[in-house]
Amino acid sequence: MAFNWFKYSSPQTFYPLAGRLVPFFAVLAAVLGAIGLYIGFFVAPTDFQQGEAYRIIFIHVPAAWMSMFIYLVMAAWAALGLILNTRLSSMMATALAPTGALMTFLALWTGALWGKPMWGTWWAWDARMTSELILLFLYIGFMALQASIDDPRRADKAGAILALVGAVNVPIIYFSVKWWNTLHQGASISVGRSPSMASTMLLGMLVMALAYWMYSIAVTLMRVRSIILERERNTQWVRDLPGAPA
Amino acid sequence: MNWGSLDQFLAMGGYATYVWGSYIVSVLVLAVEVVLLRRRHRTLRAGAGRSAQQPDTVA
Repeated sequence: MAFNWFKYSSPQTFYPLAGRLVPFFAVLAAVLGAIGLYIGFFVAPTDFQQGEAYRIIFIHVPAAWMSMFIYLVMAAWAALGLILNTRLSSMMATALAPTGALMTFLALWTGALWGKPMWGTWWAWDARMTSELILLFLYIGFMALQASIDDPRRADKAGAILALVGAVNVPIIYFSVKWWNTLHQGASISVGRSPSMASTMLLGMLVMALAYWMYSIAVTLMRVRSIILERERNTQWVRDLPGAPA
Repeated sequence: MNWGSLDQFLAMGGYATYVWGSYIVSVLVLAVEVVLLRRRHRTLRAGAGRSAQQPDTVA
């Protein structure tokens, strides 16, 4: 039974498709980013407690959300690759890891720069921050493990197991502010409770989160195209590609 | 509108170091990622064209 999506699970078919999708997501990311920054700096009011320092929220929360979300998507692709033995699934997992690591770094960096003026410290070993740091180490561990194994198929399998075991850390990060008494504030928005901030602040944060999401999709598709070319370089279809940059 | 002048905007109510330190690093990191990915892909495509001229026997 040949479902249509099986056609796109072949690297050869997915390579040009991804190439067509990249500009679409890149434009969405740029437009949403411009709108989100405009709302964040010019529409959202000054916070009565934190003054202008709170404006870090518009890049801190999106980066933190993406750092967790990308990990779950990466683990899901890795699991799919492990179960179905589909090459493209594993390539997607590999392509997501560096962007996830960057998002984790940005969440930690902006968090430190926000924590210093508000809490008086760049860093504390509390549950939220420590588990986010562990997430960064999981991403780096995943990339290092894959890089250390020469055979790509074995690297995929080993990476998948690490990604799946590490996935337990994501709910720990998310719920850490509930489970433990942390320096980090509670969730800004959660189901069944009205958001704990002005509506324009919330809007700016959500638009920026969408922008980060679109950015992550665009760069992941760019990276998976390179990974496809690297892994399939001995196939005829890659040899037949025009050498000019696309 | 929150800002009376450009100076006020840049000062960020006294939190300029923290706010701009967050934004500038974030923008730089994301921009560098895009630049590196474009370069990586371009290099690979150039290589794909070259290896086409010397095919080996493996299909």
